[in-house]
Amino acid sequence: MKMTRRYWLVQSSRFLLIGTPATVAFLEAQGDAKKEAAAPDSYRMADHWWAMIVDVEKCIGCGNCVRACAAENHVPDGYYRTWIERYVINDWRNETGEPQVDSPDGGIHGFPPKAIPVSAKAFFVPKMCNHCADSPCTQVCPVGATFVSPDGVVLIDPKYCLGCRYCVQACPYGCRFINPTTNTAEKCTLCYHRITQGLTTACCEACPTAARQLADLKDPKDPIHEFLRNNPVQVLKPHLATGAKLFYHGLDGAVR
Amino acid sequence: MGSFKDAAHLVRLVILIAAGVLAFLGFRFLAVPAGFGQYGFYRGPALDDIRQRPISFAGRAACETCHTDQHDKLAAGPHKGVHCEACHGPQAQHASDISIKPVLPKTPELCLQCHEAGGAKPKKFPQVVSAEHNSGIDCKTCHQPHSPKEGPA
Repeated sequence: MKMTRRYWLVQSSRFLLIGTPATVAFLEAQGDAKKEAAAPDSYRMADHWWAMIVDVEKCIGCGNCVRACAAENHVPDGYYRTWIERYVINDWRNETGEPQVDSPDGGIHGFPPKAIPVSAKAFFVPKMCNHCADSPCTQVCPVGATFVSPDGVVLIDPKYCLGCRYCVQACPYGCRFINPTTNTAEKCTLCYHRITQGLTTACCEACPTAARQLADLKDPKDPIHEFLRNNPVQVLKPHLATGAKLFYHGLDGAVR
Repeated sequence: MGSFKDAAHLVRLVILIAAGVLAFLGFRFLAVPAGFGQYGFYRGPALDDIRQRPISFAGRAACETCHTDQHDKLAAGPHKGVHCEACHGPQAQHASDISIKPVLPKTPELCLQCHEAGGAKPKKFPQVVSAEHNSGIDCKTCHQPHSPKEGPA
């Protein structure tokens, strides 16, 4: 082999001549595949930014949301994608001022009547995934199996989840669990299969007092804008700066 | 001409690096699933997979396309904000095939799930102590579930 300048020029131009069209064709084929993968329907992810409002003062602890969620999403027994907590806070001057919190079976059967002391205040707090915009759980996933979708819903790709449990530990709200059958992480999807076809979530559909309301922050006609303008709202653990999008109205400071 | 005389070791190096790059690209092509990175550090088609899941709750609008009479009755009373499937349960199967008949919810258990007093319910929410209020008599004896203030049907 003669290592001449001519040799290198000829070889490299040959490579360019054959290689460039092949590369271009390959990249084009990849681009086509991407276009086909895009949803063909009218739902555009860029037009939505999903959130939820929970009105604590309206929640009656009936457990309808927990049952509806289990029915809609086939949540395994003993695990909850949404659940209700009952808070009983005694007189703050009392030494037993620590709030008593109970959630029998996540509230799936409702709550048995409980004698509330006259000096105490008591209320129900429905909980679920906060669909954080800067979610700690998605940041720890080593394989990219959980993510914030372009329309603001924190989702899990069950085909890609390894079941390593990092995200279960990372969620500050305790909203994730490992499905005992599939051994993959599971959580509230904000009924992504429903909201993308114009329906509301199963829990909102079943809530008899409208204590829960699905909201689209990018929709200027959504009543959430008026609600947020006229009502004080709070998110859970604001000091963690998770960008939580589960807005609570009438939330007591004792709720963690 | 003379400057390329002893370049064989350079050629070997170039071939080695090219082979390494090709091996990496090949492995990457096999390891990264289709659509990964389409929207971010995840599998883009996973969104479509999740959207394909079947629904159980048909939604109030679906119920109202047929049951307009019940809707009108409900809308006139205090239960106007209660969606059909809050009491009747998930009915997507019935909505897509009306030959599947829904089972009527059981009273008084259903009513008391919301209206039994005690246990931290908001004070303005209507609630009763069932043992005193109806002592075992079915709620439907006195109240119509779709229009509870109206009295029995």
